[in-house]
Amino acid sequence: MPTKKDALQFEGKTNVDTSDESRSELLRQLVAHLRENRTQLRQEWARRITEAKLLTAMSQDEIFAEATTIYDNYVDALQSGTFEALQTYARDLSERIIPRGVETHEVIGIVLLLRDVLARSLFAKYQHDFALLNRILDAYEPAANRIANTVAVSFVQERERTIRQQQEAIRELSTPVLQVRDRLLILPIIGVIDPQRARQLTEQLLRGIRTNRAKLVVIDITGVAAMDSNVANNLVQTVEASRLLGASVIVTGLSPEIAQTLVTIGVDLSKMNTVGDLQGGIEEAERFLGYKVVPVGEAAIEDQRR
Amino acid sequence: MEVPILKQGDYLIATIQAALTDADLLKLHYALVEKVGKQRSKGVIIDVTALDVLDSFATRTLRSLAHMVRLRGATTVICGIQPEVAFTMVQLGLTLEGISTALDLEEGLALLMLSKRREV
Repeated sequence: MPTKKDALQFEGKTNVDTSDESRSELLRQLVAHLRENRTQLRQEWARRITEAKLLTAMSQDEIFAEATTIYDNYVDALQSGTFEALQTYARDLSERIIPRGVETHEVIGIVLLLRDVLARSLFAKYQHDFALLNRILDAYEPAANRIANTVAVSFVQERERTIRQQQEAIRELSTPVLQVRDRLLILPIIGVIDPQRARQLTEQLLRGIRTNRAKLVVIDITGVAAMDSNVANNLVQTVEASRLLGASVIVTGLSPEIAQTLVTIGVDLSKMNTVGDLQGGIEEAERFLGYKVVPVGEAAIEDQRR
Repeated sequence: MEVPILKQGDYLIATIQAALTDADLLKLHYALVEKVGKQRSKGVIIDVTALDVLDSFATRTLRSLAHMVRLRGATTVICGIQPEVAFTMVQLGLTLEGISTALDLEEGLALLMLSKRREV
């Protein structure tokens, strides 16, 4: 029931909080209420999530299990006013659900739904006393907003981290430096070469030359669709840098279009050894290194017959 | 800092152990050209493994050194250029054209011996 003091306060200043003490007292009351109605509110929330068709990637049971944990974390955060535990949990949760294709709007959606469900239950509980409801909401809203914020930011951060990681992985994968013979490396280039990739490619190749003690490198650009003067210059630089480390370079697989472009734009390719295809490049390299490939077994017999 | 020049058979080996001033570099330059004649050397190896910078002056000095050594009847191999150094040099357009390079000292010696065998 509204006391006299409450009514006075309400008259004096509508929704400005009185003091820290009463705010923490209100929060305590609030948390007690949320704990009391835990099962019911949690079910209500899970129902609303399903109704709103959020988290469709997860099963009913999973949603309920996660909802329970989020609910408890949520109430804990409300009670303690510290968000570290919630943040850790949100990151953890994001890590689990991102691979399953959960979108940002879904995560923000469910947090806002929980906020709504809880606020509604507060309305229902305190509807008889508008002043008290007002103050309860004063205590609840900032904390709830911060929680929603924390969860959303954690999710987005985790997502960005995943994306960065994947980009890194793709970049690493995109330029493998392979050893095919002692002191002979192959560097197949596939796709578009931008300056950043060219730089990374060169660095990786130079490192490869050093660790494998390579004397020869075959760079295969069959998979490069187009080449402009920048890319060509990058390639020339790569060749020069390899030479400074004592390794010669053979470039293979220049398509007719690329050859034409290079001649048209007048790139100086005099320092580059070029061979038609990868096979020719490897054969040339083997000759240079003093290898000789001789057919044995059935291949040898067939070779003789010819 | 003075760079020690070691004689190893027909070859001279100069290992640069720390960043050199321009004056030190010139001193090394003269000393090597001098010694090639005195020791009747066939090859010179300059090991720059310890250097993490090769600027334009150093590159130019090394290049003129190599050319002078060639005029004195020997070949020069520069070895041990670090990957990062190579990358920067190429970007600056310092490519040591016409000079043999090798991965490390061992490779450099092998390269010199190979060219000697070819001559014989």
